[in-house]
Amino acid sequence: MLETLKQPWPWYVAGVFIGLTVPYLLLVGNKTFGISSSLRHLCAACIPGDVKFFQYDWKKEAWNLFFVGGITLGAFIAAFFLSNPDPIALAEPTQVYLASKGITDTSHLLPAEIFSWEQLFTLRGLIFFVIGGFMVGFGTRYAGGCTSGHAIMGLSSLQWPSLVATVSFMIGGILMTWFILPHLLTL
Amino acid sequence: MAHNFEHTPTPREVADLQVRELDSICVNESELVHPWWYNLKYTAWGVLFGIVFVKAEIISWFRIQEMFRFESFHMYGVIGTAVIVGLISVQLIKRSRVRTIYGEEIHIPKKEFNKGQIYGGLLFGLGWAVTGACPGPLFAQMGAGYSVIIVTFVSAWLGTYVYGVFRDKLPH
Repeated sequence: MLETLKQPWPWYVAGVFIGLTVPYLLLVGNKTFGISSSLRHLCAACIPGDVKFFQYDWKKEAWNLFFVGGITLGAFIAAFFLSNPDPIALAEPTQVYLASKGITDTSHLLPAEIFSWEQLFTLRGLIFFVIGGFMVGFGTRYAGGCTSGHAIMGLSSLQWPSLVATVSFMIGGILMTWFILPHLLTL
Repeated sequence: MAHNFEHTPTPREVADLQVRELDSICVNESELVHPWWYNLKYTAWGVLFGIVFVKAEIISWFRIQEMFRFESFHMYGVIGTAVIVGLISVQLIKRSRVRTIYGEEIHIPKKEFNKGQIYGGLLFGLGWAVTGACPGPLFAQMGAGYSVIIVTFVSAWLGTYVYGVFRDKLPH
């Protein structure tokens, strides 16, 4: 049993579970699924300043912070008690491509060549952590949601603005992956 | 403005709701006031969610590269299945008019279109491919012990803050 759980879980298990988050949140508390809002609530709670966008009673949205706290804890449990000892089974062409860019360590979920403290004060670190993270936080709020709020919750409830947002996410990601990242990976 | 106040809201309540509704995705005005530990329902589901995130390798930078390079079905399978399950669930909830476990009417706020969904969406997409993470996986990556992701997380937090500051000056 434990051995089976330690293997990587298939996409359909993850997909069904993530999809069920939508009715779970609606049924237990009339909440709509969305994760990026947690960043906004953290701003409202910690650094509201005199910014109108953060002037609201964040405690009414505290459930969202309890939810992301759970995600952090769950990831800890999975990584330390259910972790898969084998390297990640990456698609062959992706593996070949990344190797050509010097990324060969697939023993962790993130490549050690990029995501390590040693890289922090390099140009690579600045781009992958600081600028990358900024674009995620700024972009999701500007778009009014992320993969969970738009791609899953929005599409599930047939809201066309969410389709626009989801297509934009994909276009941005494709542009980065095919045209910009090849240069960034060799910095 | 959609809400489900059961009493006539005070101007202050309306103003507070309006601010939270600015391109929001999770606003519901519940009449119910619960002790804080009622929120542990969300933590419990979050724990399962975090486990799934790690075990299905959704938080992996490599899986995001595969997705954007169209070299693996994995992430499309995850997101596609999630949308189908979500869609069926929402339809069942709407048609059966089922209420929450506390007896409240279920309300899904409508999302209004604005150009931010395009500009912000493109920007987030660019960031997603670089960091290999959307906001959910950022929490999971930190939880899974990738401590340097704290830097990415703080940057994302700062990004949200800067958006809030300049919101009025940006095209929407």
